[in-house]
Amino acid sequence: MELDSLYQEVILDHYKHPLNKGLSENYGAQVHHVNPSCGDEITLNVTAIDGKISAITWDGVGCSISQASVSIASDLLVNKSFAEADAILNEFTELMQSKGTKEGNPDVLEDAVALAGVSKFPARIKCALLGWMAFKDAAVRINTTTGGE
Amino acid sequence: MSFDVTKVRKDFPIFERTIRDAKKLVYLDSGATSQKPLSVIEAEGNFYKFTNAAVHRGAHQLAEEATDAYEGARLKVASFLGAKEEEIVFTKNATESLNLVAYAMGNAQPGSRFALTSKDQIVVTEMEHHANLIPWQQLAARTGAELKWFEVTPEGRLDLSAINSIITENTKVVALTHQSNVLGTINPLEAITARAHEVGAVVVLDACQSVPHMPIDVKKLNVDFLAFSGHKALGPTGVGVLWSSVFEELPPFLFGGSMIETVTMTSATWAPAPRKFEAGVPNMAQAVGLGAALDYLTDIGMQSIFDHEVELTGYLINGLLQIPELSIVGPRNTDARGGSVSFTVGHIHPHDLGQYLDSQGVAVRTGHHCAWPLTRKLGVPATTRASLYLYNDESDCDALFAAITGAQKYFA
Repeated sequence: MELDSLYQEVILDHYKHPLNKGLSENYGAQVHHVNPSCGDEITLNVTAIDGKISAITWDGVGCSISQASVSIASDLLVNKSFAEADAILNEFTELMQSKGTKEGNPDVLEDAVALAGVSKFPARIKCALLGWMAFKDAAVRINTTTGGE
Repeated sequence: MSFDVTKVRKDFPIFERTIRDAKKLVYLDSGATSQKPLSVIEAEGNFYKFTNAAVHRGAHQLAEEATDAYEGARLKVASFLGAKEEEIVFTKNATESLNLVAYAMGNAQPGSRFALTSKDQIVVTEMEHHANLIPWQQLAARTGAELKWFEVTPEGRLDLSAINSIITENTKVVALTHQSNVLGTINPLEAITARAHEVGAVVVLDACQSVPHMPIDVKKLNVDFLAFSGHKALGPTGVGVLWSSVFEELPPFLFGGSMIETVTMTSATWAPAPRKFEAGVPNMAQAVGLGAALDYLTDIGMQSIFDHEVELTGYLINGLLQIPELSIVGPRNTDARGGSVSFTVGHIHPHDLGQYLDSQGVAVRTGHHCAWPLTRKLGVPATTRASLYLYNDESDCDALFAAITGAQKYFA
């Protein structure tokens, strides 16, 4: 079934057992993003030390795709420099816009390649990108206010 | 059942196609937009093929025929609503109709019954679609008027217990929906219109979810404005209707060609309604298509359509309530209720549920249904909505039940 390419086991696992869910007390930047078409909401905290992302925590409500995707992102982007995170984010965005023509590089995207199937369901791409766009926003805020420190 | 759905479905070409690997199309999203019978598709096409010209101008046969077709559509809308021709204004959609009222009130001369100041109040309800909430929020912000609202009870009905303190001597306008697009609730209008008129306020009715589904006689509703969209009533997109019995007192909203009486370099006067509110070359083919849609509905009979939908809504609600962990948001019986049924299923997110239903050919709407304050009030992030129309039958409901059960296994 076509649906199975969307709901990979890895995604449902992250949805049921999300990583880094629960907001940290301290953070370098906190952002709140919503998907106005379906009401999904997430709050995301990003902390950086010496230009490196030291923690990403989040909380939110939403569909399995949005929640799994932010769980995956919070695990994947931690301990990366902002430049590395940006490169991963760009690769993920390209994968989402690929309309099912790309599989994604597992060396770079790790669990996020499981979201490749989302690119065949145009209405769900926003769900998958919600957490990543929140991260991007938070990263900009950290780097404009503290220069990444 | 006397109502022949099989025969009705044959009039709708879209039901000849299949969905997701040759599955039957189970269309349960008419609350968002209805499907179109061939007669409507042809009426719109034939206008362009045979009659196309700018109405109300042009000294030629086509312009005459186009004007006749467009004004003929207005007559059909008027007759459908029990109204007069000059009480019908064509707009782009119901959203524009509602904005027209709000903006025109904002243009009213100080001292007129429509003019708002910081001493005045605007009343809405918690179950409004964004289209009948935000224009009033914005009018309140522009004029300093206070926005008040009726709350919704846990059963999904309007709480009218404080009606006299919500609608007061300072209320200038009461805007509410006839039937909630989320809950299906049909609101009792009598007490509200009586109180509104007692204090001199006008009543604006969002009838998007009622006009397509039940007999409507505007004379009996006792409202001052009524808005609906063509595309939810089997008609084309791009055409909506605003009915009013008080158009003459209301200043225009959009300015330009067609809506004037005289123009000088520094001033202008307005044509009488409805033309005062139809600036520019209008949506002629779409209005003609809407006329054909109302002909189609009239031929079948609005009372028959309403009775069919109430019976089917009962079947839908009863079947949904058999499903474990499913919870209906809104009335659980068919008293004063239309065929929009919203629900949640355990912890399956509506977007995931909708995706699974789609894989089974079942088309529903998921999310907050453009009524975000209402879903917040109900304490759910989102719901799934099945909405019925004249071309649905029990087999569509059965397909929905089976698909929901399938989704519960899939996401277990």
